[in-house]
Amino acid sequence: MSDFEPRIVAFFCNWCTYGAADLAGVSRLDYPPNFRVVRLPCTGRLNPKYIIEAFKRGADGVWVSGCHPGDCHYIAGNYHARRKFVLLHHMIEAVGVEPGRLHFSWISSAEATKFQEVAREVVEKVRASGPNQSFRKAELDLGLAEVA
Amino acid sequence: MAKVVGAVMVAGGGVAGMQAALDLANAGYYVYMVEKSLAIGGRMAQLDKTFPTNDCSMCIISPKLVEVGRHINVELLTLTDILAIDGSEGDFKVRVRKNPRYIDMSKCIACGECTKKCPVKVGNDYNELLDTRKAVYVQYAQAVPLKYGIDAEKCLKLTKGRCGSCEKLCPAKAIDYTQKAEEAVLNVGSVILAPGFTPFGPRGLETYRYADSPGVMTALEFERLLGATGPTMGHVVRTSDHKEPKAIAFLQCVGSRDVNRADNGYCSSVCCMYAIKEAIIAKEHAKYDLQVTIFYMDIRSFGKDFERYYEKAKAKGIRFVRSRIHTIQPLADGGLRFHYVTDHGRSATEDFDMAVLSHGLTITAETVKMARQFGLAMDHYNFAKTSSFSPVALSRPGIYACGVFTGPKDIPSSVMEASAAAAAASSKLASARGTLARTVTVPPPVDITGEPPRVGVFICHCGINIASVVDIDKVVEFAKTLPFVEYASNTMFACSQDNQEQMVKLIKEYRLNRIVVSACSPRTHEPLFMETLAEAGLNKYLFEMANIRNHNSWVHAGNPVEATRKAMDMTEMAVAKAALLAPLTENVIDVDPTALVIGGGVAGLNTALALSSQGYKSVVVEKEGRTGGNANRLMSTAKDENVAQYLAGLQAKVEADPNISVVLNAEVDQVSGFVGNFETTLTNGDLVKHGVTIIATGAKEHRPEEYLYGQHPRVLTHLEMDEKFKAGDAEVAEAGAFVFIQCVGSRETGRLYCSKVCCTHTVHSAVTLKKKNPKARIFVLYRDIRTYGQREDIYKEARDLGVIFVRYEPERKPRVSQTGGKLAVEVHDPVSGRDLIINPDFLVLASAIVSGRENALGMKYKVPLDEDGWFFEAHQKLRPVDFATDGMFMAGLCHYPKPLDEVVAQAQAAAARAVTVLTQPKMTVGGIVAEINHDKCSGCGVCAAVCPYSAINLDPAKAGKAVVNEAMCKGCGTCAASCRSDAPALRGFTNAGLFAQIAAAL
Repeated sequence: MSDFEPRIVAFFCNWCTYGAADLAGVSRLDYPPNFRVVRLPCTGRLNPKYIIEAFKRGADGVWVSGCHPGDCHYIAGNYHARRKFVLLHHMIEAVGVEPGRLHFSWISSAEATKFQEVAREVVEKVRASGPNQSFRKAELDLGLAEVA
Repeated sequence: MAKVVGAVMVAGGGVAGMQAALDLANAGYYVYMVEKSLAIGGRMAQLDKTFPTNDCSMCIISPKLVEVGRHINVELLTLTDILAIDGSEGDFKVRVRKNPRYIDMSKCIACGECTKKCPVKVGNDYNELLDTRKAVYVQYAQAVPLKYGIDAEKCLKLTKGRCGSCEKLCPAKAIDYTQKAEEAVLNVGSVILAPGFTPFGPRGLETYRYADSPGVMTALEFERLLGATGPTMGHVVRTSDHKEPKAIAFLQCVGSRDVNRADNGYCSSVCCMYAIKEAIIAKEHAKYDLQVTIFYMDIRSFGKDFERYYEKAKAKGIRFVRSRIHTIQPLADGGLRFHYVTDHGRSATEDFDMAVLSHGLTITAETVKMARQFGLAMDHYNFAKTSSFSPVALSRPGIYACGVFTGPKDIPSSVMEASAAAAAASSKLASARGTLARTVTVPPPVDITGEPPRVGVFICHCGINIASVVDIDKVVEFAKTLPFVEYASNTMFACSQDNQEQMVKLIKEYRLNRIVVSACSPRTHEPLFMETLAEAGLNKYLFEMANIRNHNSWVHAGNPVEATRKAMDMTEMAVAKAALLAPLTENVIDVDPTALVIGGGVAGLNTALALSSQGYKSVVVEKEGRTGGNANRLMSTAKDENVAQYLAGLQAKVEADPNISVVLNAEVDQVSGFVGNFETTLTNGDLVKHGVTIIATGAKEHRPEEYLYGQHPRVLTHLEMDEKFKAGDAEVAEAGAFVFIQCVGSRETGRLYCSKVCCTHTVHSAVTLKKKNPKARIFVLYRDIRTYGQREDIYKEARDLGVIFVRYEPERKPRVSQTGGKLAVEVHDPVSGRDLIINPDFLVLASAIVSGRENALGMKYKVPLDEDGWFFEAHQKLRPVDFATDGMFMAGLCHYPKPLDEVVAQAQAAAARAVTVLTQPKMTVGGIVAEINHDKCSGCGVCAAVCPYSAINLDPAKAGKAVVNEAMCKGCGTCAASCRSDAPALRGFTNAGLFAQIAAAL
């Protein structure tokens, strides 16, 4: 398992965390290349189905990150996202996805260093969870998986 | 005025000139932008990073360069000199000389073939002569216009009639040695001069050994050394032996604050900050523990977020030593031995590998000559003379200035002044607005209904920013294999003007109907490419970017294999989404040509007047019973101008102006609407309909909780002292001793910022007191004296008059006590090591300026505040008066503490920015907004409940189903994520598109 490189899908809001990732670039702050970013206008746009879809397609982890509470460019989208996320976190545990695979953070567009730290942390935690097989297995048990 | 011409000349293509040109062009004036070199960009194009955000300088000006270069109402005249300005405001005849480029701009394709065989090597001025260029050259890689030029003084063909190799090599037949200078006369209504500065040349100061020690460089040379496009590609080495330095020293105030040798008494305002920036970046670039020391007199981190930057530098281990180096001795190994006297008066010796001279800003001899010739008044440092109350107007009516020409300043101040100059320069031309401006004709978008996606993919090298890490060819080849991709290629700079033109051609040639650019961040560059799509007749929303630079090459530089794979994935994700994009329509709405100005201080009143000069109405709402704000209490400016007189004049002008109505004793109650159509209800019940909003709510003087303030009648704040001055207070006139304590409530935990105005205010008050009573003993207890720019003169004057300056350390603040009503101030003097006790008659506290913390107002207009409570601008460097929200602007102290002249400039700037909105009778909204599929909608109302903008209603006329008000929708997509039936969709971010991206990511 030592050479396991997790594949992570990240959902960032355009105004805060996507900006932090931009700034991390400008500041040349190194972090592992294991995630792919889907840019959303706001974490409020994040339909929980996207997270399920990512796991279904074999993502080893999902990372959602938006503006700090109170900082949302759209006033309150991140609060809606947070509510959905809390529920989803309970739900995916029930279907066998380890909690270490799903991450949520607040990173403002000025927090490049925090971005780097969280990026490293997310990758390490997902790496520790190993390849994502349990979700697929749970799906099969429920008869939900697509026919390959 | 007899004749009024609706055109303006802007001389100087640096960041200030560019901003002025864009504001004017976007407000309906035709602009001649005159630049004497091959390309615009100025000094900012040479910078690696900008403080205090460490934004990459080229990244943030590049979009501006392109915007100027492609603006239909900006005529770019490069290699052009102004010979004479005849006529008067409204109708100037400006005689210019267009010098030959020796290259036909219409033919040059900027391929660079011409440089290959050119035998002449010339010092490369872009890299501060640290490397060489050829005699035929392009100023810098991202130059606008991106056209080569021939250095006539160095070219063998032009000087000796030999060679001619470039002519033979040029595939476009663009070389033309026969070009001659041409003169032309341009008719304009006003002129803005933005000639910029040249850095002080330290060659004449033997102390610093610049001329004979390769280890000594100037800060601008060092900046180029740090630059990714610099001579060492950002690798910090001593240029003579390519050794990595272990210890670097910065020397502040080289050629500034020095009347003995450099004759420049002024402070250059920017050097402390750029030295800190270069120190931080150098430490970041070094892969080892680079020791950086900054030798300084006072650290002048007086701007917004500067103090935090300074503290951050200290936390990063950058050492600050208060001393002026008196001797540098070169060592045999190329190192340097510094001899200096410490703050405590002891001699010290220390060795460094490199020294960086933080050289000041100076006006060039050429600019001085030009200013004399045009009849402009200059100060004794050759900066153009202005008044604090009209900070961008020069002595000759109709001629205005911005940037360093009027005094040393940083980029945001220059940009602010540039917008102010645009406002001032057009203030007399309103009657001719739109008469010479041309309108953009975007071809009607091609109908792509029913066409299968034909995706064009452009992979950007970004010079070496991406290409040095990512295998570009591999990404291109991969892109060609992706579904629906019709065309894929690489490009050196996707954002460059020639590539934009190329994209337009390719879109037409290959009938591309979706475009993907894998380059930098959509946050900075998406608008540029979308405009290019529009020019090519493609709906601009058929565009997607993959950020393979900021999110990839810059952060995975050590892992090129994974970075290449990631770039491929990112491109695939973008293509997958792009293939599913649909053209989006924008709707046209009316713009209410009225402004609401919140706050009736000097900022608000000036904004309203500047708007009125363009014919726009304003409502100024002021919560107090009178206008004028803090200026009501000020005595005079640093230039001894009387504030009360000025304010009375300003108020009279406002009162007489039919375009301005002032509402006193009222505040904003409720707000609805959006850019073009705001509706604000005031607390007095008035309803104001307005197209733009300018927040100018000011700030307050902090009420100190220390130094016996409030407990002793002779412990006063600055404003209280000013009131005594104004009243001709007898006790003040008779007093024999004064103590001023600086930084009361500023630069400390909880308020980690400099209040910017207090040092100057104190020094000015001290000088005023000394002039009235030369025998008065005056002590100023300070941490760093921050009399930036030409204000340094009055600091010197104060010392000459005998004002005593005693520094205190924040850990050992002065102690104030009273015995029987007599004040005693005890302070530890770190220089002598002694405790001094002073018995002043008056103690003046230079107390902080604190924000009004207008969070409630911010919430109403959906604009943010920073942690100190200042309103937060859209971009700290380049958009200092705009909010990120359209139609919202700010001016004055609510943005950050600043002196009166800067308040007036920012107020005029806010007006100029607002005019760019108000001048459009109609504006477009929409694009990325939500829509509801009524076949799926059950009318449950969840979307309406979660919408933060109340943009969704359940419409009884549509069977109770949800409908979206497109003008109010901001496109957050919360509705789309919350509906159980997927009835709402966010255009541009549809479920299908996002699912496709997720699939492509894995």
